[in-house]
Amino acid sequence: MELLNKWPKYYKKDVISHYCPGCGHGIVHRLVAEVLEELDLGRKAYLVCPAGCAVLAYHYFDFDVIESAHGRGTAIATGAKRARPELFVISYQGDGDLSAIGTAETIHSANRGENICVIFINNAVYGMTGGQMAPTSVIGQSTMTSPEGRNPEVDGYPLHITDVVASFPGVAYAERTSVATPAGIRKTRKAIRQAFETQVEGLGYSIVEVLSPCPTNWKMDPVTACRWVEEEMVKEYKPGVLTDKREEKRKEKG
Amino acid sequence: MSKKDKVFTVQVRRDFCKGCGLCVEYCKKEVLQVSPRLNRLGYNPAEAANPEACIGCLVCTQVCPDLAIEVYSG
Repeated sequence: MELLNKWPKYYKKDVISHYCPGCGHGIVHRLVAEVLEELDLGRKAYLVCPAGCAVLAYHYFDFDVIESAHGRGTAIATGAKRARPELFVISYQGDGDLSAIGTAETIHSANRGENICVIFINNAVYGMTGGQMAPTSVIGQSTMTSPEGRNPEVDGYPLHITDVVASFPGVAYAERTSVATPAGIRKTRKAIRQAFETQVEGLGYSIVEVLSPCPTNWKMDPVTACRWVEEEMVKEYKPGVLTDKREEKRKEKG
Repeated sequence: MSKKDKVFTVQVRRDFCKGCGLCVEYCKKEVLQVSPRLNRLGYNPAEAANPEACIGCLVCTQVCPDLAIEVYSG
């Protein structure tokens, strides 16, 4: 008897995560650990945890992890990468962290073209605090603070922060994927690998936005939540590669 | 032994499963089902109800957010 799905080397064994049933965080955590193992980066990996549902991610990853103040993940990642360029620095952030309170840090670190990777989990809601409307909530989405659905006249439009940073010259690679289907999970894994390779080559900022289900705060069962991502959320946030300037960056580097 | 005759064994780590049912939804061969018995966490975990139908595609292990499914060959 041979075990076909080996436990990722850099994921702690026999720890039950605190995430709700059907949460996308567990899947993305596993993908990050698997890709680090594939590229043999685990021993120099340095992950910055956000404030948000993934605040306890250091319980699950078996490499160096630091906790950041709310939204300041990319600022801390910048400091770590500049002080210790040999480290492999990842900032793992949610949508409340990256696109709400941390907008300034996100935009300026991307504009500086810092050589870091950002994993951005977009579940269109503030998960940890109980399901309030986030800047990324889609139009008409019912949340705790928009029970009638998000109304653009009062609440504005969904913020496409990955599209914004993708337009900056310093951003080498940006992709949006979803983890709501097996095919999406495979694409996410590939995208994370591309982003990690971008940093290894020293080409600059890379970001992967992952559309992730939040069954608890959407008040759906996990299967319906995945369907909602595939039917409603992808209409607002279209998956695909948003920018890929790696060739130009390679030429610039010579 | 040809690939077609390969035997796969699916095992759900009962006390790690949170019963989200994604593996049950995405298994095309209907190998898994939600157990009527609660586990230690108080969820109804998935279980291999029809293990001989497994073709070893590993989709259940990919969609599982809690790494609760193990697939063995042979």
